[in-house]
Amino acid sequence: MKRVLEGSQAVAEAVRLAKVQVVSAYPITPQTHIVEYISEYCATGKMEAKFLRVESEHSAMAVLIGAATAGVRTFTSTSSQGLALMHELLHWAAGARLPVVMAEVNRALAPAWNVWTDQTDSLSQRDTGWIQLYCEDSQEVLDTTLQAFRIAESVNLPVMVVLDAFYLSHTYESVDIPDQEEVDQFLPSFHPKFQMDAKNPCAFNQLAPPGVYMEMRYNMHSAMEQTLNYFGKVEDEFNRVLGRRYGAVEAVQCEDAEIIFITSGTVTSTCRYVIEKLRKQEEKVGLLKIKMFRPFPVDAIRRLISSVKKAAVIDRNFSFGASGIFAQEVRASLCNIPQHPVVFGYVVGLGGRDITPEVLEDIYWHTKKNEIPEQENQWIGLREVDHEIESC
Amino acid sequence: MKSNLAESELMYSGHTGCPGCGATIAMRFFLKALGHETMMVIPACCWTVIAGPYPQSTLQVPIIHTAFETGAAVASGVRAALDIKGDTKTTVVTWAGDGGTFDIGFQALSGAVERNEDIIYVCYDNEAYMNTGVQRSSSTPYGAWTSTTPGNAWKKIAKKNIMEIMAAHRIPYTATASIAFPEDLVKKVEKAKHIKGTRFLHIFASCPTGWQIPSEMSIKIARLAVQTNIFPLYEVEDGVRYTINYMPKRYLVNEYFRPQGRFKHLTDEDLQVIQGMVNENWELLLRKANNTKGVI
Repeated sequence: MKRVLEGSQAVAEAVRLAKVQVVSAYPITPQTHIVEYISEYCATGKMEAKFLRVESEHSAMAVLIGAATAGVRTFTSTSSQGLALMHELLHWAAGARLPVVMAEVNRALAPAWNVWTDQTDSLSQRDTGWIQLYCEDSQEVLDTTLQAFRIAESVNLPVMVVLDAFYLSHTYESVDIPDQEEVDQFLPSFHPKFQMDAKNPCAFNQLAPPGVYMEMRYNMHSAMEQTLNYFGKVEDEFNRVLGRRYGAVEAVQCEDAEIIFITSGTVTSTCRYVIEKLRKQEEKVGLLKIKMFRPFPVDAIRRLISSVKKAAVIDRNFSFGASGIFAQEVRASLCNIPQHPVVFGYVVGLGGRDITPEVLEDIYWHTKKNEIPEQENQWIGLREVDHEIESC
Repeated sequence: MKSNLAESELMYSGHTGCPGCGATIAMRFFLKALGHETMMVIPACCWTVIAGPYPQSTLQVPIIHTAFETGAAVASGVRAALDIKGDTKTTVVTWAGDGGTFDIGFQALSGAVERNEDIIYVCYDNEAYMNTGVQRSSSTPYGAWTSTTPGNAWKKIAKKNIMEIMAAHRIPYTATASIAFPEDLVKKVEKAKHIKGTRFLHIFASCPTGWQIPSEMSIKIARLAVQTNIFPLYEVEDGVRYTINYMPKRYLVNEYFRPQGRFKHLTDEDLQVIQGMVNENWELLLRKANNTKGVI
């Protein structure tokens, strides 16, 4: 059934349809609508879940670690500072191999206080062992949240479904909400291999000396590698039941392209519009949307863009002392193949600044004009900045 | 006197605690009283080590080891999972040290207690960060040497009163217990088992290593803590009804302090000051118990 709803409600609808059993959360703008919808579903009996309204994001994740270890399907949602506060337990949930699912609404980190979209919060968590899936529109948010449970419970790793603040969380769009029967077909109930059981007492997460720890980490790595392959199967199944698929990456008009944009999140939609416009001007331009950030789909990226001359990576995030984070990952993916595109890294839209079609067109012409990047990080649209640094 | 201790053991031999470890004795009595339908949440503390490394376990109940500050929150999650699965019989227990309770786990504990989570939260109190090498916690008593309060920098701030803080949350049951009074401890665990909501047990668990006492003194020191009024045995129901379970012999505090290496720097004048503090706390507790006729 099609309904016009917010990205936040698309998440909540997926959580309801997934029959999540324990939800725990702490409010932070712009995640709040998600947990408000779920609270209402629990209060009115639309969902039969325990909702624990805890005193911090750290405790929200801790609650889910307990609940998932005791064998039930779990969900939380957060943003920015909240995600940063959870950091320790993100490692914990992944290391404990718990299939926790989280909707993470990308918001800039303080200071200065800023509630608008920026990917640095989720990308800062890249080494925690969480699968990360970035969404472009509210339909993708709903579908990806459903897929997240299936993936998490199959490979025993937690999944972060990532959506842009406001552009997705608070924007109303038409979304097709699947029937419960369809979702039940796609997503069976959760039966973990191991769980806390008084009849079969086991110890979880205990002390692991050097002789065993490394293999545990290697197992996590293997599970991540399996995820790349498994994601395709989950999408096949989802497509069979619900008629939609997205891909870990999506290549748009890349076959004959000389220059491609590489994007993630909502800027992808703006970019689709821009490449249509540029194609009308007979520019050989394409687009590669990256949905899956962890595991990073290295092989797919190599396959799809190795014949391209230049790649312009759009990063709404930054790693200080290095560069935009998607640009880093793309460069690392390409460096060991002999013929590969020159990678231009563009930093745009931090703290929710608009990335308009004009900004992307400028980036295109800039990329076309230069054989190689003038610098590894091209910050776009900066106003007058005082570059003077106190000499030390 | 007939013992109320169960014959059955839910703790295997071969744990990795130090000789005379009070935390180990506390667990053994506690599980005897609670039985096997128990799930144990253990945040970082001595018991992280005592329970044994992978793939061994000292306990015959399921354990989830968890991050230092998460004991009460993880237990809330385990409880929620059991509830949604319809298991109301299994008791969920957080078993945390004083650091994980008084300090780093305090926020999550207050959160869980405010929600009146249906768990038993046990703080086995050895009055410092013993697992990391005897650093001071907010449970370390006035006067104590620790590795972070060395020499003349011995702790000059009183121990945090965790019992009063828990009682102020108005939870159904808050009680102290001691490894030197196993019958009392077992009685309280059995009572707590049948109460719904948050139950908080503060168990005094001596630490020969950190307190610098011979291991065979472990129980004796714990008994003296009660007999000197330093650690009174009492319970608080619904945050207001106080019952003192043991009327002490009012021994002087120096009997408790003098055998312990961690207090050896204290002068007679220091002990006088401490005696005054102990007396004041005891009078206050007596008044509260008298208010609700809870003096035995």
